[in-house]
Amino acid sequence: MMSSEPMQATAAPVEAAPAAKPDHPMRETLKIFLKNRSAAGGLILLGLILFATIFGPAIYGVDPYEMVWMPLSPPGDGTPLGTDYIGRDILAGILVGGRVTLIVGAVSAVMTIVIGLVVGSFAGFFGGRVDAALMKFTEFFQVLPSLLLAMVMVTIFSPSLGTIIFAIGIVGWAQIARLTRAEFMRIASLEYVKAARAAGARDGYLMFRVILPGSLPPIVVASALVTGASILFEAGLSFLGLGDPNQLSWGLIIGQNQNYLMDAWWTVTCPGIAIFLTVLAISLIGDGINDALNPRARKRG
Amino acid sequence: MQTLRKLTPAFKRVLEAFGLVMAVVILNFLLIQMAPGDPVEVIVGEMGGASEELIAQLRQQYGLDQPVLHQLGIYLGKVLTGDLGYSYYFNTPVLDLLLQRVPATVLLCLSALFVAVLVGTFAGAFSARKPDGAGSHIVTVISLVGYSAPVFWIGMMLLILFASVWPIFPVAGMQSLRKPSGFAYYLDILHHLVLPTITLAMIYIAYYSRLARTSMIEVLGQDYIRTARAKGLPENKVIWKHALRNGLIPIVTMVGLQFGQLFAGAVLVETVFNWPGLGRLAYESILRRDYPTLLGILLFSAVLVMIANLLTDIAYRRIDPRMRKART
Repeated sequence: MMSSEPMQATAAPVEAAPAAKPDHPMRETLKIFLKNRSAAGGLILLGLILFATIFGPAIYGVDPYEMVWMPLSPPGDGTPLGTDYIGRDILAGILVGGRVTLIVGAVSAVMTIVIGLVVGSFAGFFGGRVDAALMKFTEFFQVLPSLLLAMVMVTIFSPSLGTIIFAIGIVGWAQIARLTRAEFMRIASLEYVKAARAAGARDGYLMFRVILPGSLPPIVVASALVTGASILFEAGLSFLGLGDPNQLSWGLIIGQNQNYLMDAWWTVTCPGIAIFLTVLAISLIGDGINDALNPRARKRG
Repeated sequence: MQTLRKLTPAFKRVLEAFGLVMAVVILNFLLIQMAPGDPVEVIVGEMGGASEELIAQLRQQYGLDQPVLHQLGIYLGKVLTGDLGYSYYFNTPVLDLLLQRVPATVLLCLSALFVAVLVGTFAGAFSARKPDGAGSHIVTVISLVGYSAPVFWIGMMLLILFASVWPIFPVAGMQSLRKPSGFAYYLDILHHLVLPTITLAMIYIAYYSRLARTSMIEVLGQDYIRTARAKGLPENKVIWKHALRNGLIPIVTMVGLQFGQLFAGAVLVETVFNWPGLGRLAYESILRRDYPTLLGILLFSAVLVMIANLLTDIAYRRIDPRMRKART
């Protein structure tokens, strides 16, 4: 999900704008983005990770759920990244486990962003009592320890992919809502919105066709952060044993091998590196979009 | 409304905080209501079965034969009198269990916060002096790592490095098995505290150093800083005295907003380091499906977060003179 959003935002205008219009702002944004080495690196890294999780299991061909070798044997001693406490291949586990981690991370990020957008846009557009009520609601979710709330929900409603996605989505949207609200308030006071209102545009049209497009850039950047956070969140939940016990994920592998940490560093180190690199790639892309949309901030540091 | 406006802002904040805690209580109630099976079935399950009579008696005792709103009233009354239920697994009232575990969590959270604010602010302010210098790039790299690595994994890596490869810190817990007496007792706890604190602080060092840098760069560009420099103040005094005071404001705001997340991080860190606080208790109660304890922790942490928020609000007014009058 994360990878498609910035691509849509930046790639579409390239096809639309011929070389005669070099000053199209979107085109310039894309240029700055691609010139930014760390952003391009993040994009490549994310591409590699997606490729590895989609095609990796078929190419590598080892069953991640089967005991294939001596338990806790180190990397290079029969298997590339070693085996876990019941002799399952760590590399196979990482390749397959990435699917759950990435899907849960992406879907729950979309849910987070949608809830945040809806709450924030209503609060920012209607102001007054609607705003006050919605912001109290948002504050409630912002101050609660989100991981703990998600833990409680998953425990009570039994761990499954659906519950986990729902729990992550429901606890993390406050920041997006605040951001959307601020942007809506700023843009709603601009001339072109007043003009559209004077021309008789309805509220729904004003919100989603007039104001929303203008408020998207900072939200896209925040969405990258949210996606990274959702992946970390999923990892945390499955580390605590609140993932779907029948489906391997990176956090689950770490959690299951937690007790063998001192004797078999590879069992927790390798899946952790996978999580780290994925979130790092997304953060780099997010930073790149931010710099590209906001060149002034980039120069200042 | 008129009377509300007359109240002092501080008192209004207390009222708001109380309202939010009440909202958490209601949320807890709803979660229990929505959970598959009623609480009595859960309790009976925990006790390992019970007779029909006992079940009926429990139902009556918990008011489950009453309408939902009435039940909510009973629940609110219980919570307000400090009755958070009974943990059948630990065989203790939940409140006692929580109170036992609070000091460890507060110690861990506060020391992590202290380290994070201190290191983060210094790193950020330092790198703000030369936005394109090497220091600035190091801050960027460190903050990227802090953002991107799972906190429990950082803890495990520190354990492997500093408790196994180079064993200078203890592996787990808060105290050695043989408790030393006197001053050594506190040193022992401090020794155990180092790795969990660094782990938990890592995320926030990443966060605050970035925040401090951005805000310091902005503050250093303002007129009053130019004035301070023009009148010949030494650069160190300009940065650490004049600029930092304003540069700190966004950090204090953020600290206030993030107490909840800090606590959430503590759950993971305490699990990794076997730190005997509320977070570890949360993990244990998940393993046992001990709902009363889990819900009690949620409520308790909300109260802790509210108290912390109130304290930040006070700190905020102290740092920013404009807020002393203006804030509603």
